[in-house]
Amino acid sequence: MDQVAYISMKNIVKTFGKVVASNHVNFSVHKGEIHALLGENGAGKSTLMNMLSGIYLPDGGSIFIEGKEVHFSAPKDSIAAGIGMVHQHFKLIDVMTAEENVILGKKGLFFRKGESRKIDALAKQFELDVDLHKKVSDMSVGEKQNLEILKVLYQGARILILDEPTAVLTPQETRKLFAIMRKMKAEGCAVIFISHKMNEVMEITDKITVLRKGETIQTLNTAETTPKQLTDLMVGRAVDLTIERLEQPAGPELVQVQGLTVLKREGTPALQNVSFAMRGGEILSVAGIAGSGQKELCEALAGLQKVKEGKILFQGEDLVGQSPKEIRRRGISMSFVPEDRLGMGLVGGMDMVHNLLLKQYQDQKGFFLNKKPAVEKAAEIKEKLEIATPGISKYPVKNLSGGNIQKILLGRELDSDPEVLITAYPVRGLDINTCHKIYDLLNEEKKKGVAVLFIAEDLDVLLALSDRILVLANGEVTGIVDARTATKEQIGLMMMGQKATELEGTAVVENC
Amino acid sequence: MLKIVKKTEATIKQKIAINIVGIFAALTAAALFLALSGFNPLQVYISMVEGALGSSYRISQTVIQAVPLIILSLGIAIAFRMKFWNIGAEGQILMGGFLGSYFAYNFSQLPKPALLLLMLAAGAVGGAVWALIPAWLKVKFHANESITTLMLNYVALKWIEYLSAGPWKDPAAFGYPRMPRFTENAILPNVFGVHIGWIIALVLVVVVYLFLNNTKKGFEIAILGESENTARYAGISIGKTVLLAVCLSGALCGLTGIIQASAVNNEMSSALANGIGYTAIITTWLSGLSAPVIVLVCGLFAILTQGASYIQTAFGIPSAAASVLQALILFFVLGSDFFTKYKFVWQKSEHQTKEGK
Ligand SMILES: Nc1ncnc2c1ncn2[C@@H]1O[C@H](COP(=O)(O)OP(=O)(O)OP(=O)(O)O)[C@@H](O)[C@H]1O
Ligand SMILES: [Mg+2]
Repeated sequence: MDQVAYISMKNIVKTFGKVVASNHVNFSVHKGEIHALLGENGAGKSTLMNMLSGIYLPDGGSIFIEGKEVHFSAPKDSIAAGIGMVHQHFKLIDVMTAEENVILGKKGLFFRKGESRKIDALAKQFELDVDLHKKVSDMSVGEKQNLEILKVLYQGARILILDEPTAVLTPQETRKLFAIMRKMKAEGCAVIFISHKMNEVMEITDKITVLRKGETIQTLNTAETTPKQLTDLMVGRAVDLTIERLEQPAGPELVQVQGLTVLKREGTPALQNVSFAMRGGEILSVAGIAGSGQKELCEALAGLQKVKEGKILFQGEDLVGQSPKEIRRRGISMSFVPEDRLGMGLVGGMDMVHNLLLKQYQDQKGFFLNKKPAVEKAAEIKEKLEIATPGISKYPVKNLSGGNIQKILLGRELDSDPEVLITAYPVRGLDINTCHKIYDLLNEEKKKGVAVLFIAEDLDVLLALSDRILVLANGEVTGIVDARTATKEQIGLMMMGQKATELEGTAVVENC
Repeated sequence: MLKIVKKTEATIKQKIAINIVGIFAALTAAALFLALSGFNPLQVYISMVEGALGSSYRISQTVIQAVPLIILSLGIAIAFRMKFWNIGAEGQILMGGFLGSYFAYNFSQLPKPALLLLMLAAGAVGGAVWALIPAWLKVKFHANESITTLMLNYVALKWIEYLSAGPWKDPAAFGYPRMPRFTENAILPNVFGVHIGWIIALVLVVVVYLFLNNTKKGFEIAILGESENTARYAGISIGKTVLLAVCLSGALCGLTGIIQASAVNNEMSSALANGIGYTAIITTWLSGLSAPVIVLVCGLFAILTQGASYIQTAFGIPSAAASVLQALILFFVLGSDFFTKYKFVWQKSEHQTKEGK
């Protein structure tokens, strides 16, 4: 390209202890370009962007903006240079309104008159759908994301970095985000987009840079590549991306849920009269718009959620009102992979060994903690699931990349040979290759006769992997359909609240 | 241009190095202060060390200072591990002292070993019960423990003041509001010139270390301190764990109370705690909640206190100046904590940036 790159990062090196997160990385973005950063979990995408936004200081290499070398030692330097980053975990203040959050992000102590109009104009210019007087705590994830974008634009950003922005968005919200990104492109800004979702990358970006193990592999034009080529580049070898459904006759009904009603904290129903059965050797998926009661369903099954009405029968025994400990004491082996990995499934500040102990120690006799079995288990799981970590002890798991964190959680939960496995969004934020490894693991469990409950947002995956799909809309079951015959359109309509029985041509497998 | 940059977590070695540099910086700053006040800093420092460690008597005095700090810090560390901010050691010391002395005053006819064991047990119970009040309020009503534990310090203090002015007043004190001295068999014996508390402290260091790192309960406390949701997920009973940990924390503080009353003061008084419960919060925090490090930090603290009081008499340095000296050292050591998280970098300013290729 003849024109000077808007941003260019040359020979960037960054190490964390023994881990080389960036190894002589080269990366450039031009004006009016949407550029994807692609790579497996732990490839160093976030680290690279954190250096561009002044959060980390590179150990080596240089950063140029419009040909001029810059040195960022704090986020404010990078903001001053027109770079704005929206992190995967939002940095908003819940009790404040959108407008207050936007103004807070800007330097200067005093509220200046006329700022409101400016913010409003900016939101209009980029067609950002934000109610400036709404409190952040009342916002949906999509709204919060828009607000984060508005905040960085208000700080004068001309280069927008989005680190896995779509991981928690609904498809509709993703559409809106894409429209905003296109608008920015038209205004001559540059957008750097990190995502593990290949179809999104193919749709929205102009260029793609692939990173692998901290190194730049290649920068390609999106129009000239295919998801298959990209995946192969990311992984470093040819990978098979077909999802297979394991065909086998379903086993006996292990869990029966009858008329389950759960209330939210405010007293409105999160789940209403939900009934279904889980069979051994079968994957039952749950589809639904985010927040339709999936979380409450999982937690109720695991004994972590207060149930208002209804029964959860495990081989005839009612589990409602039992704590996780009591459920375990009854000899029921249930594993639960919660959505919130570091906030619920794992202890972020502890090492892998102690995180495995979390599940083991209660079965140990006596007063003392026996760490030896966990040390052995950790080594075994690390080997089996190819977990990249500097060490199984003394390294807090929260420092690992998203994929490795999830593998530790899954590895631990599958290790106890469960009869029932509940997984909430187990592949969220994971790279394709790891996703497929996890699908394989779920199939393996199914083969062993485990009753698997699988919650995910990607309908293509649900249709390809599971046996039956239960659709939730507003806490109610709109139908349970056969995944072999159902279509995406039918499920989409059911997610919006249409009952399966009212839809033509839907094979309802179970009435409720 | 000098800039402050957050750095990746320091290794243990770096942390120790930074702390040592901090101590030296503190000594330098304090030297300046001493020189300005007309003293020879080197001489003052040498006498401080002499004052704290110069003879077997002085060493024993320093150890006596260290013992309560160590036991208190161990107790506070248990609660802090769980992120239960127990700042009520002061009150727990007083209530431990109170319950322990109840037996000292009323059962003095018992044989010495039995009486002492009874007193120590009662001291622990007194502190534990006093700590359980805020723990229960927290579990039941989510009451903020840093406020409730603090408030209970004043309640305890007033209660002891009331006892010494009324029901427990020493009739032989000529109307003076003080409590009677303990009888001989209510006083803890000496071992190698220092009361037996030092052995208790060292045993407790090992016990608390093992408890926190190698027992199931200790593990549960650590999990709960990291995330309540994970604790629920793991099937830990949150209420019970909070009560247990805080109960242990209070018990150690209460034990300190009765040890001090019996071995050091030989009587119960409202001045029993006298701020040591707050000092122990600092030592606990400085030692990073690690039992072995607590011994080190409390030892240094005791040397500092003892040395400072010695130079007051040796050089006629006013006690306020000695306090300034202590505060300076504390300031630098706490301040060096900053450098374990941030670093300074020299950087060319924007005007000097060179053109890219
Ligand atoms: N603060 C840190 N301390 C130690 N190691 C770190 C730190 N941050 C990142 N790493 C390591 O650096 C490597 C790159 O991590 P990074 O978060 O950049 O990956 P990523 O490409 O964003 O992955 P993901 O897709 O899972 O988010 C990983 O091996 C990670 O464990
Ligand atoms: Mg990342």
